[in-house]
Amino acid sequence: MESIKLEGTPKTPTVEFNSENGELLLKGRSIPENSIEFYKPLIDWIENYSANAGSDTILNVQLEYFNTSSSKCLLDVFKKLERISNPVTINWYYEEDDEDMLEAGEDYDAIIDIPFKMIEVEEI
Amino acid sequence: MQIDLFYIKKRLSEEFNIFDFYSDMEKNNVLLSFKGAINDDLVAAIIELIEKKLELKSESTKIKKKVFNILVECLQNLYHHNAEFNEKNDEDMAVVVMIAKNIEGYSIVTGNLIDDVKVDSFKSKLEEINSLDKKELKQLYKTVLTEGKFSEAGGAGLGLIDIGRKSGEPLEYGFIPFNDSYSFFSLNVKINQ
Repeated sequence: MESIKLEGTPKTPTVEFNSENGELLLKGRSIPENSIEFYKPLIDWIENYSANAGSDTILNVQLEYFNTSSSKCLLDVFKKLERISNPVTINWYYEEDDEDMLEAGEDYDAIIDIPFKMIEVEEI
Repeated sequence: MQIDLFYIKKRLSEEFNIFDFYSDMEKNNVLLSFKGAINDDLVAAIIELIEKKLELKSESTKIKKKVFNILVECLQNLYHHNAEFNEKNDEDMAVVVMIAKNIEGYSIVTGNLIDDVKVDSFKSKLEEINSLDKKELKQLYKTVLTEGKFSEAGGAGLGLIDIGRKSGEPLEYGFIPFNDSYSFFSLNVKINQ
């Protein structure tokens, strides 16, 4: 299956979904007006990937900003990952002092049945 | 139904003084003010502009991020409301957005027309948000995120909760009757240092 590589824009994140090694990345900002349009292909990709996922899957979420419209789509992304039977880890990055981003990660951690690892960094 | 969007403006035109307007903006430390129809390009332009302006400010990154996040949410609320308005009235709604800085911090003020039938449900949402503490807002956010119930009564549900949560201050709002079917809704979000 093909990997996904999308460059970030002022409103959408950089996406690197690697089907070979199971490393998935969302990095930058996610503030499009219509998030579904952007996330639908990504969610479909994970759906296909989950059928023959590697022994380990890691999603690195390195978002600087995301809007509430993206928050629903992110939840759908995590829900799709939840269905993978092999181990999945989500690394949730947040910039130091960015309590809002840390809390957002904790919210998902409480909802989703995948271990979230909170990683504080100086700059995303 | 045709709505005279310029009614207020016509009525005030004789009294309008550009110098007073300028002085008011100066006095209130207005970083940005916009009035007009909104579309996705404009949302992008305003976001870019305010991001550059915030970069030059001395506040903590934490405050800047809050201002940016809340502004994006406010602008996108306006954008979606306008799309709905346009569908019904076949014209764009003029909205107003302003960002001002005072001693306590920042204020993001928006104004737009809202269908009278939605006023009550909107008011009750705002009242509910204002009545909750930090922990309760977090819980409400999670419930709406997973179940989506709050927003069914006319959109902007999760957005408003998020705005309230990030601001940490009560949302100030007002509804002024505009014509037979619309009210002017104003929202003042404070981001204190």
